[in-house]
Amino acid sequence: MTELFLTSVFGDNIALAFFLGMCTFLAVSRRVATAVGLGMCMMLVMFITVPFNQIVFTRLLKPGALHGIGLGELDVSFLMLVCAIGTIAATVQILEMLLYRFVPDLFEALGVFLPLLTVNCAILGASLFMVERQYGFVESVVYAGGSGVGWAMAIIMLAAIRERLTFSRIPPGLQGLGMAFIVTGLLSMGFATLSTGG
Amino acid sequence: MNTASLLSRPLLRDNPVTVQILGICSALAVTTSLITALTLCAALSIVLCCSSMIISALRQHIPASTRLIIQITIIASLVIVVDLLLKAYLFDISQQLSVFVSLIVTNCLVLGRAEAFAMQHTVRESLMDAVGNSVGYSAVLIIVASIRELLGSGSLLGEPVFTRASEGGWFEPLDFMLKAPSAFFIIGLLVWAVCPRKRVDEHSKTKHTTSLVINPHGASHE
Repeated sequence: MTELFLTSVFGDNIALAFFLGMCTFLAVSRRVATAVGLGMCMMLVMFITVPFNQIVFTRLLKPGALHGIGLGELDVSFLMLVCAIGTIAATVQILEMLLYRFVPDLFEALGVFLPLLTVNCAILGASLFMVERQYGFVESVVYAGGSGVGWAMAIIMLAAIRERLTFSRIPPGLQGLGMAFIVTGLLSMGFATLSTGG
Repeated sequence: MNTASLLSRPLLRDNPVTVQILGICSALAVTTSLITALTLCAALSIVLCCSSMIISALRQHIPASTRLIIQITIIASLVIVVDLLLKAYLFDISQQLSVFVSLIVTNCLVLGRAEAFAMQHTVRESLMDAVGNSVGYSAVLIIVASIRELLGSGSLLGEPVFTRASEGGWFEPLDFMLKAPSAFFIIGLLVWAVCPRKRVDEHSKTKHTTSLVINPHGASHE
């Protein structure tokens, strides 16, 4: 389990090795405070949705899952995508309401990016990878925790670097997005050295 | 907006990847070889065009409060169909693409165009916009994939172009091109290359405002 956790945080970092959640990653990484807030939300949503989707998949959708009610031959695994999105949308909606009530400053700071978590490739990607790699429940929990921590770490690092880059002399065409890509590439190189595989 | 501008703007001026910053995830992940990039471009184009048309056709009947989830459901259904078709007819490539075909659902480009354009325009205009954005997106992916595959394996579409050193030729493949970070660098440089004058001026204005409100202790207030 520790190996799974460490791999999903460092070597197989969901942002830097699999490029998931890039749009939000690049858009929210201008200031560390917002990046930390978004990272926390991302961790929370992943941690809730991936294990829940694992239960949905194994108990409802997998071939043979509906054996208990006499529909053992039915294979509705193609519905995984719609179900996963449903779970994520519901979780994000609840998180939005909780933040609005208890942490309104963060709610204001995140703005439109909070509902955009619904269509964040990283959150859906984590669930889809969980299905593809056929993780058990405990593995899903560990994987979700690791991926969330990894993504949060990556965005906070990028935000910290970009905050300081505002004072650097960068060619006009590269300012902003272009430089963000290149810095992320360098971060990705750094994390690649931590991977256990090839 | 006439057809010509709808089709031509997303190619350079409003390019989805380099200007609108949409659909980045797949542009980075599937561009290790040209054939996977082309397959994803085709899949995304089909989903984008069909979903834009359907959502535009239904736009009068979608209530504002639930429109996001309805759009996502329409897109997800299309993606499931495309995914199953790919698994049936192009199995090897679909294995390489793994989850990235399913991730077209969350591709910011598809949802972005549905929300920003298809909900307010006619079916014909939405189709033209979808085609334009598909071409713009595919162009970027093809450029990145060609560079990565050519320099990383010396081949294009699986056919060897440069003779490799291992086969007595001159070309030493750059393994770095097949790894994750190279995609970031290539797209960063592409963004620089297509950066229009007006974005440069906007950005230098923002820089001045930011430096005025940052206090000496390092914390920023805005």
